[in-house]
Amino acid sequence: MRPGPANAPHNAPMSAHLNRPVGAQPAVRPAAYLPPEGRVRELVTPEGVDLRLTLAEGGERVAAFLLDCAIIIGALIALSIAVLLVAFATSFAPGELLVVVWIMASFFLRNFYFIAFELTPRAATPGKRVLGLRVAMRNGGPLTAEAIFSRNAMREIELFLPLSLLAAAGAGVDGWINLMGLVWCAVFVLFPLFNKDRLRVGDLVGGTWVVRAPKRVLDVDLSGVENTAVVAFTSEQLDVYGVKELNVLEDVLRRKDPAVMRSVAERIRGKIGMRDTGIRDLEFLQAYYTGLRGHLETRLLFGRRRRDKYDAP
Amino acid sequence: MSDILKSRRFRLEREADWKRLEDLLNRFEKGRGSGLSDDEVIAIPVLYRATLSSLSMARAISLDHSLVSYLEGLSTRAYFCVYGARTTVTERLARFFARDWRDAVQALWIETVVSAVTTALGAVVAYVLVRRSPAWYGAFVPEGLASGRNPGASTASLQETLHGHHVDGLSVLATFLFTHNSQIALLAFALGFACCLPSAFLMIYQGLMLGAFIALFSSHGLGVEFGGWVSIHGTTELFAVTLAGAAGFHIGWNLAFPGAQSRMDALVSAGRRAALVMAGVVLMLAVAGLLEGFARQLIENTWIRYGVGLSMLAGWLTYFYFPVKDE
Repeated sequence: MRPGPANAPHNAPMSAHLNRPVGAQPAVRPAAYLPPEGRVRELVTPEGVDLRLTLAEGGERVAAFLLDCAIIIGALIALSIAVLLVAFATSFAPGELLVVVWIMASFFLRNFYFIAFELTPRAATPGKRVLGLRVAMRNGGPLTAEAIFSRNAMREIELFLPLSLLAAAGAGVDGWINLMGLVWCAVFVLFPLFNKDRLRVGDLVGGTWVVRAPKRVLDVDLSGVENTAVVAFTSEQLDVYGVKELNVLEDVLRRKDPAVMRSVAERIRGKIGMRDTGIRDLEFLQAYYTGLRGHLETRLLFGRRRRDKYDAP
Repeated sequence: MSDILKSRRFRLEREADWKRLEDLLNRFEKGRGSGLSDDEVIAIPVLYRATLSSLSMARAISLDHSLVSYLEGLSTRAYFCVYGARTTVTERLARFFARDWRDAVQALWIETVVSAVTTALGAVVAYVLVRRSPAWYGAFVPEGLASGRNPGASTASLQETLHGHHVDGLSVLATFLFTHNSQIALLAFALGFACCLPSAFLMIYQGLMLGAFIALFSSHGLGVEFGGWVSIHGTTELFAVTLAGAAGFHIGWNLAFPGAQSRMDALVSAGRRAALVMAGVVLMLAVAGLLEGFARQLIENTWIRYGVGLSMLAGWLTYFYFPVKDE
């Protein structure tokens, strides 16, 4: 299903696994390998690299959708005002044309707003763009117009039918019919919450899913930041932590919150048995970060990834 | 240079390429053409592969979390750019009209027959019931839609509805009919997901209304005239709605009985074909709206109405089902 030669490298570990004699230990994973977890999904490119896509959270999807709704409704209001203004300015001469314009515009906004934006190279509506999301095919192939059409046409039963039921409520309808309507709507509206890929019915039919594809900025390399403090750490002092702690430290250094840096610095000093020698927290942490990263990266080059401080050094 | 981290040196050496790719992608994602020169377009896949190899390298040697996630993001964006759809809108449209639409409609022929039979069944049932007892009429045609066309109405007033001289507001009528019918057709398509049944109800209901109308008008001896009034746009419109129902059936059927494929795969390939049919249905309904809004109001002669309606039907049938040699 994945495009082209991706199948070969992707399937290779599988056959190796099957050929292994019973009782043998699984092969050691390469140091760079991290098993996918949570919302991360494997997408192996034809070049054989796993891009590790992150799926959008349900909340992000809802937020993006509400933004799009706001834009659609805003556009409708603006359109109505414009039509009315033109109508008053021309004392209703082109009345018929204005009604046609209004009906067509609202029809296209309702049905083709999502389709038109998802057909662009970004494959995302303005709402999804703000949230850093995009639509992609689940099999990793190119996103087709058919897929976009069917995923959006399905919105008819997921959203508009429940809405019209809402509007029809109270018109002397039997209680049972109301209950059935509620169950029907709940099945489709809440569908994304009951599968691990957060697919809505439209995604199911279109063969798509919604992934995170935010524009990330390349931050400065913290190991290259000018540092006046010369602090040397022994190998024992650097053996205290693993990759997870290094990432936390990176985060702390990027945020530069003095209170947090203070407590983290104290914590590290305590742990590695180093007295406070009057070096500024920021500089101490930077020096420790550089030291720890160099130490762990050297290990990495020898095929040893120390996940966290509980992992054997 | 000797005491800096290997991973940092790695980054310093390649950073310019990444920035260049990022810049090209930003411009590409802005929109069509976006002023990328030929050289720049050719550079994207090359830079993409370089970035991808940087990514696997960075995962193996660098513990700079922000660097790895930056490269993941950049590679993902570039992947979608390089392996995304390559066709232009015009090419896509040309292929749709030349092949895709027709093939999809042909592939759904069983569903189309079922959908047409369902509608016809509804029409026959309503016709028989209303001819026996006009009291049934109210059960099939809602008051709002009937607008005076009731069993109690006189023959003259019924004839008046078939030859109404509403020459004003034709475009509004056409637009309204198009948008309303398209929305119904999209609903019929989407409802198919619930294992065909709701689509079938919608089809039967269309048939019931049609049958009730036929019964009403023919009981006043206006059957032939009514036929002309309906067929001028109805052949296109009913065909389109039948296809929409067929698209719904196709999805529902493949969901319920996926055959040799997995349920998900069957659903996706059914969704693809059904979407092609539906895109065409919306177009057909636009044509039907024009015929209903303009042609029907302007052409008064019943036989010309029949002529237009039947030649439209012949046109659609030829377009969809006439065998064409594929090059």
